[in-house]
Amino acid sequence: MAAPHKFESAGAALLGGLKAALTSVFFFVIGGTYVGIGALAHDFGFSSWWLALSTVLVWAGPAQVILISALGSGSPLAETALAVSLTGVRLLPMVVALLPLLRAESTRLRNLLLPTHLTSVSMWVESLRLLPGIAREHRIAFCNGVALGLVGVAVVFGFAGFYLAAGLPPLFAGGLLFLTPVSFLLSTARNARALVDKLALLLGLALAPLLAMQHVQLDLMWSGVIGGTLAYGIHRLREAAL
Amino acid sequence: MNADMAGLWPYLLLVLVGFLPNEAWRALGLVMARGLNEDSELVVWSRAVATAILAGVIAKLILLPPGALAGMPLALRVTAAACGFAAFLLVRRSLFVGVAVGEAVLLAGGFLLGR
Repeated sequence: MAAPHKFESAGAALLGGLKAALTSVFFFVIGGTYVGIGALAHDFGFSSWWLALSTVLVWAGPAQVILISALGSGSPLAETALAVSLTGVRLLPMVVALLPLLRAESTRLRNLLLPTHLTSVSMWVESLRLLPGIAREHRIAFCNGVALGLVGVAVVFGFAGFYLAAGLPPLFAGGLLFLTPVSFLLSTARNARALVDKLALLLGLALAPLLAMQHVQLDLMWSGVIGGTLAYGIHRLREAAL
Repeated sequence: MNADMAGLWPYLLLVLVGFLPNEAWRALGLVMARGLNEDSELVVWSRAVATAILAGVIAKLILLPPGALAGMPLALRVTAAACGFAAFLLVRRSLFVGVAVGEAVLLAGGFLLGR
């Protein structure tokens, strides 16, 4: 493996991260996703500034879709909060897996607050791919650059979708909605180098629809815990056998 | 527009019903990650669980999709995803190629079926 990339300063690392975000495939994914969410917010009667603030505060596509459609259609608040919270469970293991990559000897808790808040699927996938190639002392700045770049893209395209709302024919609206699963599938596959990650991907793909079709409560959480633990168990068994 | 959606009320709801229930998991992750390094067993397991949850989200978005995507037949959605994945494997594991091929198959299929 090549020597980790060193930047001249933390500012340069932040800019490097911003550039990585704007040239990543997630530029298109986030752009497409947030055009869709912008259109949704418009149709449910929220303001464009509310949408922008929700992107900065929540910064998780599925949670925002639920929040907008549930609040907009007048669902009970407790039920809405629970649904949002359930989609957020995936952020916990992501933060646990990301922070050890970011932390150096001198890192303080407050340096980790921004990357923790900005952890989302797209930022996590790109960070796990790029951070091992970055010198440890610049990883936090670089990661913040990636995340802030993606949030910026989301806010801008959210406004675009808000004002374009409802103008899209169904074929293209369907194409936009397809962007999220297909790009997440390929980017997760690209990141899955170790056996444990490949198995987790395959098991999650198989288990979630099965559990959802059986109408199991909390199907995503269970497919994650069962699929992830099975993958981890197989990985441990194989290591023990070698 | 719903009368309840005027003024500061939607912003309060955003914080209480959107931000806090979501952010709690990130805060918990921050607390749990203290003292762990990237090779520790808990981190490897967490990554596997996160990957499996994400895979579950992906599968559900393709098989049980929302809105306009539900108007496309199941076979077309699965075929488009499979073509995208095959193109990704064939062309240097390129995300751009894979996503472009998947989208092209979906849009062409949808167009031919008159959706």
